Amino acid sequence: MKKKTFSFLGEILNENPLFVSSLGMCSALAITLTFENSLMMGLSVLFVLMGSNLIVSLISKWVAEEIRIPAFIVVIATFVTILELLMKTYVPSLFQALGIYLPLIVVNCIILGRALSFASKNKIKASILDGLKAGLGFTFALILLGTVREVLGNNQITFMDKISPLTGYIAKYQILPVNDIIPNKLFLSPAGAFITLGLLIGIIKAIRNRGGKDELN
Amino acid sequence: MNLISLLITSILTQNIILTKFLGICPFVGVSDDEESGLGMGLAVTLVITVSSILTYFIHHYILIPTNTEYLRTIVFILVIASLVQMIEIIMRRYFPRLHKLLGLYLPLITTNCAVLGVILLNVFNNYNLIQTIVFAFGSSIGFLLVIYIFSTIREKIRTNPIIKSFTDFPIALITAGIMALIFLRYIGG
Repeated sequence: MKKKTFSFLGEILNENPLFVSSLGMCSALAITLTFENSLMMGLSVLFVLMGSNLIVSLISKWVAEEIRIPAFIVVIATFVTILELLMKTYVPSLFQALGIYLPLIVVNCIILGRALSFASKNKIKASILDGLKAGLGFTFALILLGTVREVLGNNQITFMDKISPLTGYIAKYQILPVNDIIPNKLFLSPAGAFITLGLLIGIIKAIRNRGGKDELN
Repeated sequence: MNLISLLITSILTQNIILTKFLGICPFVGVSDDEESGLGMGLAVTLVITVSSILTYFIHHYILIPTNTEYLRTIVFILVIASLVQMIEIIMRRYFPRLHKLLGLYLPLITTNCAVLGVILLNVFNNYNLIQTIVFAFGSSIGFLLVIYIFSTIREKIRTNPIIKSFTDFPIALITAGIMALIFLRYIGG
């Protein structure tokens, strides 16, 4: 059992949709301004992924080959709409913060990718597990990117702010005393998003093939 | 005059790739050489402009009157999917040469976040019909411009030494970051 959990964790890192396959970059770059936003976006994608994988694995037998992509997209869009309605009702400030990137989950390549390559060919249980794996991997990647950007750009980590109407708490922590570090707003700008993600993917690639020599190409 | 500033901001300072991160997948994936970058860019321009106009009418004359605005995500993605299919059929029938150039990229466009993104931005910003057309056109010109510049930069990158781990995506993203810095300078002047 322990070995199984370990390999599950290993797969989350080794087959990470964002860092290894470079999928879903659109939302990854746009909403990773705070830890909270990143986590919530990750969980949203996780929810849609598991839901759509479940339905796709159920219906794929009856869907003709030619209309596969549109049919699966409608399934995904349905789950996104459910999520939109829930979020608009219970956490409107988070709904505002995610903006167009919440409906844009529909065209997130990870979700359609998993539906086409895995869920449409596998049983229900395996498909849900696959969705969980890809979703957790994506969430982990978003949190990492969001934390780096928020700490460097704003010298703080926001755990609960937009979701506070739901939890009743506001949790924001400053990382270093203000005088010690001047936060660089570059990391919160679009340019910083590209550069941070580029560096992170590069560093992770370097760690992954540390067995081989990292030389100039 | 507002329309002119809307056009210019949507091309430069509000560039959909560099400030809104829409259409990154084809941006780093397809734009390996100039020609395919241009082909993809042209196909996206066409789909963004036509689908923006179409969804404007659907949103204002079907969804709002029937109070079903919450269905917009599903409706918009269906409009894009069928439009892409239709354009492909028309193109294959009447413009075979154009189809040869763009045909490969058309199916990819359905899942291109730039198209759905621009349509959603039109709705979120409450643009009227003229503004919608200007914004959609400007955004797609911005897309075309950046993807073209980027493909030429990328050809230069390929011939230069780069640390092995940073080849492909990482260096593409860092390059895009530097490009974003340059484009954002237009805000401050």
